[in-house]
Amino acid sequence: MSAVTMTRRAFLQVSVSAAGGVMFGLPRLASAETAPTAGGQIGLFVRIEPDNRVFIGCRNPEIGQGVRTAMPMIIAEELDARWEDVTVEQLPLGLVPGPQGLTWKFGDQGAGGSTSISDAWDDHRQFGAAARAMLVAAAARTWRVDAAVLRTSEGRVLHADGRSLRYGELAALAATLPSPAGPLPVKAARDYRIIGQAKRVTDCRDIVTGRANYGLDTYEADAVVAVMSRCPYFDGGIDSFDDRAARAVPGVIEVLVVPGPKPGEPLTQNLAPGIAVLASDTWSALKGRAALKVDWARGPHAAESTQSFDAQCAALLAKPGQVVRDTGDIGKAAGRAVAATYSVPYASHAPMEPQNCTVQIDLVNQRARVIAPLQQPGGVPRLIMNITGIPRENTSVQMTRVGGGFGRRLTNDFVAEAVHIAKLSSKLNGRPLKLMWTRDDDLRHDWYRPAGHHRLSTVVDAGGAVQAWHHKLASASKYYRRANVKAEDLWTSELYPDDFPANLVDNLRLEWCAVASGVTRGSWRAPSHWANAFAVQSFVDEIAHATGQDALQLRLNMLGEPRSFPYGQHGGPSFDTGRLAGVLKKVAGEIGWGRTLPRGRGIGLACHFTFGGYAAHAMDVSVSPTGELKIERVVCAVDVGQPINLLGIEAQMQGGTIDGLSAALLQEITVKDGRIVQGSFAEYPILPLADAPKIDVHIIASSASPKGCGEMGIPTVAPALANAIFNACGVRIRRLPMKAQLRVAMQKA
Amino acid sequence: MGTITLMVNGQPRHFDGDPDQPLLWFLRDGLRLTGTKYGCGVAQCGACTVHLDGRPVRACSVTMAKAAGKSITTIEGIEQGGALHPVQQAWIDADVPQCGYCQAGQIMATISLLKRTPRPTEADLAAITNLCRCGTHVRIKAAIADAAKRMERKS
Repeated sequence: MSAVTMTRRAFLQVSVSAAGGVMFGLPRLASAETAPTAGGQIGLFVRIEPDNRVFIGCRNPEIGQGVRTAMPMIIAEELDARWEDVTVEQLPLGLVPGPQGLTWKFGDQGAGGSTSISDAWDDHRQFGAAARAMLVAAAARTWRVDAAVLRTSEGRVLHADGRSLRYGELAALAATLPSPAGPLPVKAARDYRIIGQAKRVTDCRDIVTGRANYGLDTYEADAVVAVMSRCPYFDGGIDSFDDRAARAVPGVIEVLVVPGPKPGEPLTQNLAPGIAVLASDTWSALKGRAALKVDWARGPHAAESTQSFDAQCAALLAKPGQVVRDTGDIGKAAGRAVAATYSVPYASHAPMEPQNCTVQIDLVNQRARVIAPLQQPGGVPRLIMNITGIPRENTSVQMTRVGGGFGRRLTNDFVAEAVHIAKLSSKLNGRPLKLMWTRDDDLRHDWYRPAGHHRLSTVVDAGGAVQAWHHKLASASKYYRRANVKAEDLWTSELYPDDFPANLVDNLRLEWCAVASGVTRGSWRAPSHWANAFAVQSFVDEIAHATGQDALQLRLNMLGEPRSFPYGQHGGPSFDTGRLAGVLKKVAGEIGWGRTLPRGRGIGLACHFTFGGYAAHAMDVSVSPTGELKIERVVCAVDVGQPINLLGIEAQMQGGTIDGLSAALLQEITVKDGRIVQGSFAEYPILPLADAPKIDVHIIASSASPKGCGEMGIPTVAPALANAIFNACGVRIRRLPMKAQLRVAMQKA
Repeated sequence: MGTITLMVNGQPRHFDGDPDQPLLWFLRDGLRLTGTKYGCGVAQCGACTVHLDGRPVRACSVTMAKAAGKSITTIEGIEQGGALHPVQQAWIDADVPQCGYCQAGQIMATISLLKRTPRPTEADLAAITNLCRCGTHVRIKAAIADAAKRMERKS
């Protein structure tokens, strides 16, 4: 491995824990937090108890992406701990006062963009290595030898003469020794015993016994439960309401109006105005809400529908747009022209655990407490300050296990709502408030994945080489109401300028057209990679078909010799064509690309670079004459650099594939009369268990710096499936979701 | 209205509130048995699957009136003599959970399936309509197959 670079911290602080063990903390920890704690919240450290148990803190929230296993694996590796001795603990948000103002003592604690692992790679290895060095120093002192002659293995320090001491025996002494100066050397990959292995989910026993605590499982003493009725119309309001029946429901404590954002202004807090019902328990709150009578003001988008959106996209694609990237001259290329238009609908995140937040606000003493399932806990203190004036350092944030994220909880609108309710309430009197969203709340009030239409056109020369590439997208940008947004953020978040085939086709233009829509938008797993990979990777197959080329070979030709290009967006700084070709060739080989298939059977391929990871899918499908689809087999391959947890990566690729199939086949958020149509899983389906295909996952061995894997498994699913369907039955599906269309197309044929 | 009595995980429990209240909220708010999850409230997702007199039901859609006199088993009540149920062990061995939120319901549904159909085929799996948003489907299937084998050996 290359030399270590310390991105955050190099030194350790040490103190003795209550049980006589040693805690390895960070220099900026407030003294109160380096003090012994028994069973409470602990800072970012390794704690070793006399009985050899090793407690490792996880700074990022666990949303199902596996960080509570993978991140501690990195620390445990360099610590040379026995994995069986490790217990993982969730760390709270670490915003603390420092010499230069407030600092993040644990580093970035967000869960988004598949960044947890790549962010942790340097500092977590240092953290483990430094803790190990302390234990070695303690053993050296015990044995009166030079520390340099000692080794460690599996939670022990080993003497050359055969003696050994367990970490638990050394912990108390280690606590009294000075901290080592860093950066410290780290292990070579060949010495890994934990990194790159298959480790099971650390909390699995708690999950299967029902003991794992999610946000909704927060039951604070004396807490009041709140549910809200929100205006269903985009930028709508409350005309009038009658809450007499709601107030009469036994258990209902209070009914209050929560204001929402003004039409068009940046969305920085809650998403919509509404009426909150506070009650002693969940059922009373729900009954109270059901008894509300509300007349909603329909707002400025009341005429919007999915049809009007599509018409707007079609009209915009006929006019010039904002040029996002322009190399060469697409007008000059000569040859065979191919063009196609693809579209993706709005989509909802629909995590299994609906939004919820427990808050306790003390306006007198200016203190706040939040317990919630979060993806961006770091934004919570400022949000609370903006609403209540409580200084940021006076807010404590505890992250629960999270019942799914997918990008939904990158925005803390539900926290803002809970804080507003707590602030507005005249009956709460400092008690904790637990805000719960129902499923229909969750589906109807989301930061939806942007919908859009993609027009792709190309010119192919007589030799089959792509000479010009034009990708024009009309979409509703996810950043349309973000505060302080730069103009280019609107389009570079929709069309990533350095994505394939940038740098690979001489004449290339990316162009974006802004669609007006009242639908609130945000980041959905792998954001725009989902839509763009569908369009681009479907189109490559269409080019291959139109020009009589093999779809695998055309991709490999376009990627060319293995080389690296600058990649300026998230996932950069570089994009390696060889690594993308590598995963593509892997899946093609595994699925048997090129073999003869019976009528009605087809194989499709797709590959894509997502946030620093390279992934490919190959799908083998059957389509019946009536349009019934059966996915016979899925093969995927992923290269995320040095793998951390093989079981975790496999899980993310399997899960990404299933998520991708749900989205590609079934899911669509539609709009009618300026509001969302879907409000239940019956209207917004998830792939049933029985429909799940066999999925083989291949993890490419690599020593490149590791990346996360939460999003790499999803962008290539829809295009591989569309390409497989075309190869099976000749039907080219260019609009998502596919399932109903396939039936119609086959029955027409 | 009179007091409703029901058995939960082998213990008698009493309820004096609204007989229309779903069993789910009695289990969660009343008894703090939070392993039974709220996911949709309309019996579509299965996160709240429990056993009522041995049959799988969605606790969000069973009223307390209907649960009166019945015997309820939740995820907290399926360990046998302090040992994990074979289905729970199979879930751990197959490393099923991602976010984990739906898994208690999936396990309760699987225990019921295996009681009725000890050797389920692929087609029999259609009986499990619980939703998993993370897409743990492949490992759930593996865990069901493994649990079926374990339970066959045991019986």
